[in-house]
Amino acid sequence: MIDILHILISESFWIASLRIATPLIFGVLGALLCEKSGVLNLGIEGIFVAGAMAGWIAVWLGAGLWGGVLVAAGAGAFFGLIHAILTVPLGLSQHVSGLGVTMFATSVSYFIYRTALPDTTSPPRIEPFQALDIPILSDLPFIGPVLFQQTAMTMLALIMVGVVWYVLDRTALGVAIKAVGDNPDSVDAQGLSVYGLRIGTIMAGSALMALGGAFLTMSAFSSFFFGMVNGRGWICIALVIFASWRPGKALLGALLFGAFDAFQVRLQTEVGAFVPGQVFLMAPYILSIFALVIAARRADYPRALLTPWFKGQR
Amino acid sequence: MTQQKILSLNRLSKQFGTVVANDAVDLDLHKGEVLALLGENGAGKTTLMNMLFGHYLPDSGSIDVAGEDGVMQPLALGHPQAALRAGIGMVHQHFTLAENLSALDNILLGSEKLKSLRRDRARLRARVEGIMARSGLTAPLDELVGKLSVGERQRVEILKALFRDARILVLDEPTAVLTPQEADTLFENIGMMTKDGLSVIFISHKLREVLAFSSRIAVLRHGVKVGEMATSDADQKAIARMMVGADTPEASREIIAPGAPVLKMKGVSLKGQSDRDTLTDVSLTVHANEIVGIAGVSGNGQSALAAALSGMRHPDSGTITVEGVDVTRAEPLAMIRAHVGRIPEDRHHDGMVGAMSVAENMVIERLWDDEFQSRGFLKNEAIASHAERLSKAYDVRGPGIEAKAQLLSGGNIQKLILARVFEQNPRLILANQPVRGLDMGAAEEVRRRLLEARDGGAGVMLISEDLDEILGLADRILVIHSGEVHEIMTRDRSQIGLMMAGEPA
Repeated sequence: MIDILHILISESFWIASLRIATPLIFGVLGALLCEKSGVLNLGIEGIFVAGAMAGWIAVWLGAGLWGGVLVAAGAGAFFGLIHAILTVPLGLSQHVSGLGVTMFATSVSYFIYRTALPDTTSPPRIEPFQALDIPILSDLPFIGPVLFQQTAMTMLALIMVGVVWYVLDRTALGVAIKAVGDNPDSVDAQGLSVYGLRIGTIMAGSALMALGGAFLTMSAFSSFFFGMVNGRGWICIALVIFASWRPGKALLGALLFGAFDAFQVRLQTEVGAFVPGQVFLMAPYILSIFALVIAARRADYPRALLTPWFKGQR
Repeated sequence: MTQQKILSLNRLSKQFGTVVANDAVDLDLHKGEVLALLGENGAGKTTLMNMLFGHYLPDSGSIDVAGEDGVMQPLALGHPQAALRAGIGMVHQHFTLAENLSALDNILLGSEKLKSLRRDRARLRARVEGIMARSGLTAPLDELVGKLSVGERQRVEILKALFRDARILVLDEPTAVLTPQEADTLFENIGMMTKDGLSVIFISHKLREVLAFSSRIAVLRHGVKVGEMATSDADQKAIARMMVGADTPEASREIIAPGAPVLKMKGVSLKGQSDRDTLTDVSLTVHANEIVGIAGVSGNGQSALAAALSGMRHPDSGTITVEGVDVTRAEPLAMIRAHVGRIPEDRHHDGMVGAMSVAENMVIERLWDDEFQSRGFLKNEAIASHAERLSKAYDVRGPGIEAKAQLLSGGNIQKLILARVFEQNPRLILANQPVRGLDMGAAEEVRRRLLEARDGGAGVMLISEDLDEILGLADRILVIHSGEVHEIMTRDRSQIGLMMAGEPA
């Protein structure tokens, strides 16, 4: 019991929680945007891989870290466009298209990686984003290290929560995105383009997802390897429901998951002798399923989610 | 009134597959005029208006609209944006509102710059309030549309059009969802707006309101304009003849003495998620040889009443008996077995399984019957011959009994349901909006069958929002409002209308 308390009040635990949560924050914001416009994007898992790969290889080729971030976002937007074309004007099943994009984006990323580095067994490392370490702010007790010993990408993720909230809640564009996700006819009848809005939103959301992947190679691990995304995309899809399609709650959900994960690692070292390690690895997923069961009952789905809309069919 | 022409449709044609929806239709509209577009369902009224608004691209023909300067200019076809710019606003029968946005945001949607980082809601709001004051249309601007009543939603739709500076307003069946009083208010407001120079086209199949509120009438039949006249020259019989192509046979209703009680509800209360699907202490009786009409505006508990009587939902208190058998907590299957025949409100969704064949849909309530199964295996031949027989008897037309039921038109789906229900000789028939959306011929068939069932000894509960239908069919009338049901003695339209609106008459 004391041990658990000890974990919960340690700075390193909260630093780790926020670090683990960062790619999820990007991913869940991206998925949330897509779904707000009425399109589920199961391409997320593959778009994570593509973002991780594209950002990393751009930096390796000398693009600079922020150049890498842009390249990753571009790669995400590209795969988002594929998903958008298949699901919006063509109206194909969003599940099938999304899974297809995941497989396609993953394979293309692995293919590029192997083509670029045919012989290496250990991939080259890049110089990743460093902790911000802002004078004065970083020295604040507790808050300082937890918030400001993170990298710039974590800051960017937190800023994006505000940006997505502002766009959805305070701009005409946000009103239009929410409307197209609730009743596309309302948007069409007012002379706005349903297809344009949805395609644009999916591309923007996919770019955000790719940043989640880029964080893994450019901030967390400083290298690219197979299987590194490891289901983070799928977690984001669940977190969107947990968040009830709200950016603030999305941040909360991502942090909660990050905290579960960080907690299990520490708990493992404390009581690992008695309990098999797999139990701890499962813990965050089991807990997120429970959280989902509770939250999803009250979930307020965008009404047009999963429903294709065709011009001239009313 | 100046007879300045503001809109002309020139020989518009549109075909869907092999169905000709509109065939070379000409139509003119003048400034300040209220034009009623009248016709049966499927006559092509909505298609015509959807072409005007750019939702559909016509196969041939053109549209000219007067610009601000009064000069007629051709309208780019197939683009709602172009129609909006030309000052054409359309209020669809199925509202095009986003329920997760406030009324104000729905009105502003599409008129703000999407790239702008800030919104100027205060200024735009003042403009909307100005329009509300001038037109007499009011709506709670900050409420989510999902929480508004149907009448309020309709006003938001009209405000949307007026906000976009509509000079031509198209209303598709605007009164279908309103109380008689709400409808009268709507037409009063339209009167005010036309004095300001607005021109209105409204689609309707209700002769009464067309005669009362329009200045000119155009009649469509089978996609062709068959007549046009000033309302002052029109008479009801002549127009009805034009709509259907022949004199309408009126259902003749003989008065016969009711028999023993079939349905008894005592103190039935059912709490729903909102007031719209709640029943409060409902007691009523339906006798054999009797049609009981339940009049009311939609969303006053009709769906809860229908759900309770079909076994879909169970009352919190009170009892329901059918022919003396307690069915208060009966499941739907038990209701079927208690000889309750159900004609559901949403025939596409609740009345059939669209992906199954016509034949299967005809036996779907009787699958346990030895006639159609043996040890759990279906007797396909018996099902097919049964379907053939019913299709003939009830005139179900379509691509055949093996075709998917969803391929049938609305009227034929309803005939399929009638066949299924009446074949089982139900003791109680629950008919929820049985003629809504049907053309005159199919509607007449439904009425005839209901009367026939009544004469044959069944009790019928007829739930309808159309007062004329209830007055024409029901032996006894109850009014439902806010989940409460009251019996009324009068058959006076305006008095019943007041009660439907919740006023003590």
